[in-house]
Amino acid sequence: MEPFTQHTGVGVPLRRSNVDTDQIIPAVYLKRVTRTGFEDGLFAAWRGDETFVLNHDAFRTGSVLVAGPDFGTGSSREHAVWALMNYGFRAVISSRFADIFRGNSGKQGLLAAECEQSDVEQLWKILENDPGTEVTVDLREKTVTAKDFTASFRIDDYTRWRLLEGLDDIALTLRYADDIDAFERSRPSYKPTTTPVASA
Amino acid sequence: MTSTGRTLAEKVWDAHVVRRGDGAEPDVLYIDLHLVHEVTSPQAFDGLRLAGRPVRRPDLTIATEDHNVPTTWTLDPSRKTADIEAIEDPVSRTQVSTLRTNCEEFGVRLHPMGDAEQGIVHVIGPQLGLTQPGMTVVCGDSHTSTHGAFGAMAFGIGTSEVEHVLATQTLPLRPFKTMAVNVTGKLRPGVTAKDIILAVIAKIGTGGGQGYVLEYRGEAIESLSMEARMTVCNMSIEAGARAGMIAPDETTFEYLKGRPHAPQGADWDDAVAAWRALGTDDDAEFDTEVEINADELTPFVTWGTNPGQGLPLGASVPDPEQIADETARYSAEKALAYMGLTPGTPLREIAVDTVFLGSCTNGRIEDLRAAAEVLAGHKVADGVRMLVVPGSMRVRQLAEDEGLDKVFLDAGAEWRQAGCSMCLGMNPDQLTPGERSASTSNRNFEGRQGKGGRTHLVSPLVAAATAVRGTLSSPEDLLAGSDH
Repeated sequence: MEPFTQHTGVGVPLRRSNVDTDQIIPAVYLKRVTRTGFEDGLFAAWRGDETFVLNHDAFRTGSVLVAGPDFGTGSSREHAVWALMNYGFRAVISSRFADIFRGNSGKQGLLAAECEQSDVEQLWKILENDPGTEVTVDLREKTVTAKDFTASFRIDDYTRWRLLEGLDDIALTLRYADDIDAFERSRPSYKPTTTPVASA
Repeated sequence: MTSTGRTLAEKVWDAHVVRRGDGAEPDVLYIDLHLVHEVTSPQAFDGLRLAGRPVRRPDLTIATEDHNVPTTWTLDPSRKTADIEAIEDPVSRTQVSTLRTNCEEFGVRLHPMGDAEQGIVHVIGPQLGLTQPGMTVVCGDSHTSTHGAFGAMAFGIGTSEVEHVLATQTLPLRPFKTMAVNVTGKLRPGVTAKDIILAVIAKIGTGGGQGYVLEYRGEAIESLSMEARMTVCNMSIEAGARAGMIAPDETTFEYLKGRPHAPQGADWDDAVAAWRALGTDDDAEFDTEVEINADELTPFVTWGTNPGQGLPLGASVPDPEQIADETARYSAEKALAYMGLTPGTPLREIAVDTVFLGSCTNGRIEDLRAAAEVLAGHKVADGVRMLVVPGSMRVRQLAEDEGLDKVFLDAGAEWRQAGCSMCLGMNPDQLTPGERSASTSNRNFEGRQGKGGRTHLVSPLVAAATAVRGTLSSPEDLLAGSDH
């Protein structure tokens, strides 16, 4: 994973709450077996509407999405994160993220920055008044800045550290391989395995 | 150390901590069972391949094909599985064949399309006896919460986490907060587990459970069958909760005993003794609690585009102008526009085009039995199509042994092969733009069942009655109709 320290790019105001994963990428786009090529599915149903924010020239190249509360609810599909990243987004700002979406973002290097809703509203105003305004997201300082407005955001320290260092979760866990071995030796014998049994 | 007792969720968590986090780092949690399907796994297996890592515990991993398979194939009697050519879309076929290749390469047990044990991942785990109390269960699917019905800690994960579990059989996680959902009283006849969970979600909202594991408790929960408990836990994610749990009891043990992967002999006794100790201690404290009175519940249906937008069937489409909260009002306006509904319309007068009975929420044998009982002797209304899709091939077989397929077919419904089908608008079973469904599935998001499709979430009883009358209905409405 590439380290994330700071990113500056065009901010996109998405004035919608409860943007569920079926809106971020409908299931029909989940058929690929790679992690790339999902940009076409991003907000697929909404992009057919020419008034949709990403269809405005000023926002087309956006890389910082500013969305309403409860972003990413619903399915566990990491394709939602891939679709956003494949399109070019590096950060999403919202006052509340669904747990699984937030976790998936952290694994892939998409910054899910949690701001107060009042700060989100302020950002919306700035981005709508002057489309194409760039937003800077600074993970070291935990701040988001647009023009002369700066707000702080929340992110858990562990995810922040991993993003800053660009660390691979699996390699981190494998440092504890001895602990996993020891745990496995202590598991009760009645725990099932998936090895086929005669009656199955 | 505090003197307070622990909740069910805390006990299961504590028993799986491989390494306690030091505050900065999360806990490393051991995973007892990993369920795999074709949609969220290919990139994970690919990651293993790139890093040269094996699957650490193929014997704690099981795969099936469910999301992306058609439900209309016919089985060639000379073969044990359906022909992959039955999947017409080449991209879908590649995804399914990729799962087969990956399972072969990494030594993972797979139940392919048409196999006697194939089915929706959350139906086959319990039915094989692989889901047991006190376990940690994960799957790259948010409805993994289903397995919490057994007193397991079960939750959905993303593909990076799927790869993590394949490689290490663990996950780095911070403990969830705990919420007690106390469902007091008794359900009235015709009111089901689906109505309980839709009412819970309407009460706490789609974000209300965020960060929590829910524990469903109380008389109404204790009196539910295992399958009904699975329906309740299944939709925990629709309230934003990662997991939902129910303490194991005699109903749980009775369901498990004798299943293929249930403990045998002395192991069974040891297991039951351990399972009995899992329930939340009397002096344990939840981070928060909510109350629902089952006595007051009636059949519940959704009118909007998230599962929290639901009302009793006897109510009318709400008027957004009466909603004080600005965000909720805007959300309701948008939902009604998408759904093509007018405020004040009685929900019972909403006509549907399609009825879908199935999914990991309501695709088990009891669901089919309940719907068949309502349908028997009736016909699906003119202009309405009804799809009946068993949750697994074993459910399908059982239903055929009981003659339920005849009831559905006689009524004019379609009797399909097992799979996720119309729950998610990925495989060929989809709504067309503007088409309206009464669906026993779990999500009514815009486009969830197909682009432009309009979904009303309902119980199997309401689904069956709706199929007969053509408008959202409960079985009581059929009785009333026969009086005339």
